[in-house]
Amino acid sequence: MSAKGRITLVHLYPREMSIYGDLGNTRCLAARIRRHGYECIVHDHHPGMPWPEQAHLFMGGGGQDSGQSRVQDDLAVNADRLRGLAADGVPMVMICGMYQMFGHAFITHDGVELPGLGILDVTTRGQSTRMIGGIVLDTDFGPVVGFENHSGATVLGSGQAPFGRVVVGHGNNGTDGTEGARTHNVIGSYLHGPILPANPAVADALIAAAVEVATGRPFEPEPLDDSLAEQARTRQIARLHKTA
Amino acid sequence: MLRTSAAILAGKAVRLAARRRGGGSALPGLVAERIDPRLLATALGGVTGGIVVVSGTNGKTTTTKMLAAIIQAHGRRVFTNPTGSNFTRGVISALLGQVGVTGRLAADVAVLELDEWHALQFAKVVAPTHALLLNVARDQLDRFAEIDTTARLLTTLGQATTGLVVLNRDDSFVARIAPALPDGIQVRYFGVDPDIADQVPALHEADVRFEDGYAVPPPTPRDGLLHPADARVFSVRCGETVVGPITLRQRGLAAMINATAAVTMARAVLGSSFHPRLATDALVRVAPPFGRGEVIDADGQPLELVLVKNPAGFTVALSTYGDEPVSTMVAINDDYADGQDVSWLYDVSFESLRGPGVAMTSGVRAYDMALRLDYDEVPVQEVQPDLEVALGRFLTAYPAGPKRIFCTYTAMMTLRRMLAARYDLPDFGEDAT
Repeated sequence: MSAKGRITLVHLYPREMSIYGDLGNTRCLAARIRRHGYECIVHDHHPGMPWPEQAHLFMGGGGQDSGQSRVQDDLAVNADRLRGLAADGVPMVMICGMYQMFGHAFITHDGVELPGLGILDVTTRGQSTRMIGGIVLDTDFGPVVGFENHSGATVLGSGQAPFGRVVVGHGNNGTDGTEGARTHNVIGSYLHGPILPANPAVADALIAAAVEVATGRPFEPEPLDDSLAEQARTRQIARLHKTA
Repeated sequence: MLRTSAAILAGKAVRLAARRRGGGSALPGLVAERIDPRLLATALGGVTGGIVVVSGTNGKTTTTKMLAAIIQAHGRRVFTNPTGSNFTRGVISALLGQVGVTGRLAADVAVLELDEWHALQFAKVVAPTHALLLNVARDQLDRFAEIDTTARLLTTLGQATTGLVVLNRDDSFVARIAPALPDGIQVRYFGVDPDIADQVPALHEADVRFEDGYAVPPPTPRDGLLHPADARVFSVRCGETVVGPITLRQRGLAAMINATAAVTMARAVLGSSFHPRLATDALVRVAPPFGRGEVIDADGQPLELVLVKNPAGFTVALSTYGDEPVSTMVAINDDYADGQDVSWLYDVSFESLRGPGVAMTSGVRAYDMALRLDYDEVPVQEVQPDLEVALGRFLTAYPAGPKRIFCTYTAMMTLRRMLAARYDLPDFGEDAT
């Protein structure tokens, strides 16, 4: 084991819920954890599999409707566990479909209400039009850029903090200027891109929380060269500002 | 008739202008389509030997070229859209080069490459007699939204076909279209021989829609099965009939599967006229389409252009070429035709490039590509978003060895045009032989 500690990163449902390259978030987190001098174990959790003994950081991505229905039962089985971990400050990044399922409910186009985990105080309604395109946010971690592609319109409960404010793009619902949701160390967001590689400040915030959960000590980062991420992010933000 | 003639003349004029500029294969069709939307129906009305539509995510251009070549080798006059311009107006653009102002096409068979959405638009005007449905992969999800949606588009295309549908038995999204087809539509399959399928790397997306996969019926003598002999040589077996051995000019497993699909459909179109010898001879002569493994002589060294547009395609390309000692450039654009969301690059593993490294990343998303490679610990020598500057530097920095450029669609079109000017290559739409 690395002297600094070992982090177990759990990717929830990589087969069913990782259709838009959200696997890149797992790749990014694992690489950065190692570059910061910690050991990283990546654990793929599939529906019906035993829950991992160690879990310090969770990643879940977007999926198709068919993928979501396949993971619903497993999520229900592990709901209390995930709610407890979230309340204990375990960091989680949940994108698109998994973001919706971390909310209170998803109400389909036909009015059917599918219950969610309720970790984030958000409710999503299915719509006929998709919100698609490049997106720029203003967040506590600085400017964040990505790509959104969703038909669900999400509304935050009163008192629920968003992940960021929309600068360019649609965000949660295209009307109230919010994007995503953030409670404890849980981040829900519609941003693909994937979100973490080009926005390493968000990745490192999640890693810092995971380190504290795993080792009980504060995060001791190494200086990393993020100039490629910096270039990729700032250039894309500049382009989106121009076309917006 | 007057309206048709006006449409054709207007389209021809734009076509001529576009060719002088060097490119723009869809624009003339767009002009003609606006003037007479029934142009297609008029032109294809006299084509009696079959109207074949080739669709799916990967391999449309290659398969269409192979299928057209096989049918031509049997003495049939074939109308096809050979430039990879797979929108409806791309078909009309190709048409304008071949019809007189009466609007009638002198052809026995039409073999048309259309993307999933445009295939349906086409089918609303002209019902295909045959459809060859290749595969469904995550590609341009910002356009089609979801794989399931793409699969539904192909299902609807199959349902709009009047005679016969050829399906990929190894792609469950495509194979399970069979039970959705109306009675009276014939179904045939192509694929890797199930007896050796475990030796072939996984090429298809996981279908998570159902607990159990659709059970494809066992192969019949009407189906085409791929038998690779080694990395370059293969044959296609249809019951007792064997087509091959074949060595294609285009390398890789994906091209072999495309050839298997083309042979299966050619047998369906030609019936008892089909001859394995003629098919083999046609396939070994087919030149790789532009940018699909095309090899350009760059100052005495081979330069290969490899089109990549989705994770399955890029992964197969890397497994075909990845371990050869060549200088590598990757050019990623994010225009509409490339797919605007570049997230898919994170569904490809680039570890095979870790040793040799990448000399240059370019295109609008050059830095995103370099970042992607960095997360896979692949060293990148230089990042240069400007394609022209990048190409120039890449060619001069590595004069002594073979080179390869992986590129998205619009990056490929731009690079191909620059290379054509530099090395005096044939124009788009003409054959690279």
